[in-house]
Amino acid sequence: MKLFTNLFNEIDSSTKTNIKVEALVHYFQLVSEEDILYAIALLIGNRPRRPVKTSQLKLWAAEMSHIPSWLFDDCYYIAGDLAETITLLLKEHPSSHNESLHDVIKALQQTALLSDEEKKNVITNYWQRFTGNELFVFNKLITGNFRMGVSKQLVVKALAKFLQSDETKIAHQLMGKWNPAEETLATLFSDDITADKHYQPYPFYLAYPLEDDIHTLGDINDWILEAKLDGIRGQIIYRANELYVWSRGEDLLTDKFPEFEKLKNSLPAGTVIDGEIIPFKDNRFLSFNELQTRIGRKNITTKILTEVPVVMVCFDLLEWNGEDIRHQPLSYRRELLENVVKNFNENKILILSQSLHFDKWNEAANYRINARQYGTEGLMLKQKNSPYETGRKRGNWWKWKTGPMTIDGVLLYAQSGHGRRANLFTDYTFAVWDEQKKLLPFTKAYSGLTDKEIIEMDNWIKRNTIEKFGPVRSVKPYHVFEIAFEGIAESTRHKSGVALRFPRILRWRKDKHAEEANTVEELRSLLKNNNHE
Amino acid sequence: MITFTDKGIYCKQGNFYIDPWKPVEKALITHAHSDHARYGSKQYLCHKFTVPVLRLRLGEIDVQAIEYGEKLYINNVQVSFHPAGHIIGSAQIRLEYKGEVWVISGDYKLSNDLLSTPYECIKCHHFITESTFGLPIYQFQNPQFIYNDINHWWRTNASEGYNTIVLGYALGKSQTILHSLDKSVGNIYLHGAVANINDSLGRVGFHFPGKRVSEENNKLKIERAFISAPPSALNTTWLKKFQPYRIAMCSGWMALRGARRRYGVDKGFVLSDHCDWQQLNDAVAGTGAEDIYVTHGYETPFVKWLKEKFGLRAHEVKTFYSNEESGEDL
Ligand SMILES: [Zn+2]
Ligand SMILES: [Zn+2]
Repeated sequence: MKLFTNLFNEIDSSTKTNIKVEALVHYFQLVSEEDILYAIALLIGNRPRRPVKTSQLKLWAAEMSHIPSWLFDDCYYIAGDLAETITLLLKEHPSSHNESLHDVIKALQQTALLSDEEKKNVITNYWQRFTGNELFVFNKLITGNFRMGVSKQLVVKALAKFLQSDETKIAHQLMGKWNPAEETLATLFSDDITADKHYQPYPFYLAYPLEDDIHTLGDINDWILEAKLDGIRGQIIYRANELYVWSRGEDLLTDKFPEFEKLKNSLPAGTVIDGEIIPFKDNRFLSFNELQTRIGRKNITTKILTEVPVVMVCFDLLEWNGEDIRHQPLSYRRELLENVVKNFNENKILILSQSLHFDKWNEAANYRINARQYGTEGLMLKQKNSPYETGRKRGNWWKWKTGPMTIDGVLLYAQSGHGRRANLFTDYTFAVWDEQKKLLPFTKAYSGLTDKEIIEMDNWIKRNTIEKFGPVRSVKPYHVFEIAFEGIAESTRHKSGVALRFPRILRWRKDKHAEEANTVEELRSLLKNNNHE
Repeated sequence: MITFTDKGIYCKQGNFYIDPWKPVEKALITHAHSDHARYGSKQYLCHKFTVPVLRLRLGEIDVQAIEYGEKLYINNVQVSFHPAGHIIGSAQIRLEYKGEVWVISGDYKLSNDLLSTPYECIKCHHFITESTFGLPIYQFQNPQFIYNDINHWWRTNASEGYNTIVLGYALGKSQTILHSLDKSVGNIYLHGAVANINDSLGRVGFHFPGKRVSEENNKLKIERAFISAPPSALNTTWLKKFQPYRIAMCSGWMALRGARRRYGVDKGFVLSDHCDWQQLNDAVAGTGAEDIYVTHGYETPFVKWLKEKFGLRAHEVKTFYSNEESGEDL
């Protein structure tokens, strides 16, 4: 744990990638094989199950620091992070142990079978032995939100260096949810990956948003343009008589989407399709909201399956007849894909992502501006001869999203932030005017202001509070903000009748008075105009 | 004897205010931080060490100086100033009238920073306390450990060829740090805001190491040095001339990872001029007061705690004091 904590400190105190990579390589060289495997799993987000409930941790930590639970909650609210709160509350003890990372994780995993009282003993025992940053790292492990300032790409880089291997290969070998307890370096980084691990997806190729002028991309005929749809990016894998559905977040979603199971009857062995999983019924796409509700359900009932059925809109083919074809040009892969969708498509559950034809970039630009009318988020631009790359890369693929919708809202409630913004009022609730000239809250938004603006706003809020409800304050209706959002859907859970997708503050409209903010009618008209039939 | 008005803490019997935030006839000032010492009052009364800084900030004012422990009568109210341990010249103000004793503590800390006159516990019936760090997540180490850490960091940076910039509030923290620096490591430079305060304090006998960085010595070659600057210097071009450098922030808020990240500095030293949770509890208990008035900070939880845990009559008081440790210069 000490070496792992040192690694954490080094990574935490640096913003330079080469220092982080060096620190990782150095760590891999120092520790045992088991520790390396557990560390990789942690670093790339392949976290162990939480050994105890958060509510229990809170209870024990409050008890150990001799404070009531309401005070614990207040502290948690300010620190914004459970692991940090517990670390700050527990008095410092001299550190006395020499357990390694995998010792600790294994011990934690074994608590699953223990009684609550025994679990408490294990945890509080550790609390007495760890101190400072080590205590913090330990608490991060037990609260299950361990995150170290390294991206997966960085870990891949360090491993490639350490194992003297190739980054693309390592990225592929790390895909999916593997269990460090069941792997060795040899099995995890085995060369023959498709044979040994037929369930493993390929690393997704992700596009950057287009920043430059569209004309810098050259001849439009060198590009394949597709509608950008709002669903769940995923891979369908059919190998060795098994079908798997993976999400971009590397969650195995096979059980969530039983409708794809039928593809077993039609797809040839060794097929991997990349696409977007979208709710689709009576020949039209449903809103993302409905897909979200479906994902949230524990059990997939027949009712859900008939109410919100899904399809995959396919845009790439990564493996065909058991052969990795990612290095082939996109035009070639698409040709094969068209064949798959046409001839191996049980129940028509696969839909081909149409390539859109425009003669000029200006026509494409027009489509993008009006994308919402077509029920899309804009365009995906892909070079015809591009290979299927690994991770987020510039150059061959771009996403070209349509602009967000906007509405002017009045600041009505403020709440102090967490973590980076503890002690500052940063979480705002905005309202629009209703028919009775009353303010109707319609959304919360956090990000979007500069640190300077946040401090200015914070000062104003403290001086213009009307009422306090716990951590929330209602303020004088005065300031107007332009709120941007990506989608709008009907909602019975919200007073305003709408739910926004990705709302954020676009700018502070100091030029506007509260009376000049938008109305609920204007908000609802956005709902009508921006949801295609 | 005391009421909380929209101008500030008011003593009706004595007809004066303590740390008012609006102009009044007579203002008693606990210390010279600008949220406690505001412009526009006719007459000021403060500790003698506070006078020059008060003048520096408020200009030519009518100000009367007082010593710690000296007794004064204003309309039959006995007034005395006692060390608050917050910064040089900071005072708790004790008021007594017909056997009733109030202590208005302003900002204070119990730990010894080796520079300001250490906090003195004053028995009273009514105690007004701040609550800047009034949550149990705030547990500060003794300042002397932090000075060691700062010296050690400076030494490391210097040996690696870096300048060391340490940000701390210009009045208070900068002086305590300068006072405890290991001058053998290298040269010490001051931001103008810090140098101005140091010059003022020089007039009441406090002297600090360090040279002002000004237009004249702009071309100076500054290497492996220590630079003391206020938090407002962060992200300004003023820092450029010290490249290569490492930069740290000194504040109680540095106890939180989030705050450290917010400033984007290389290091955060948890060094505060305020009480941590334990000190606040000790202070309240030490006064023996039964009525506690909690101002700026975590008023709500601290009041609830004092009521529940100790059965005290604790009250939340809304004031316009902010706190200098939040990093903005006031
Ligand atoms: Zn102060
Ligand atoms: Zn204060």
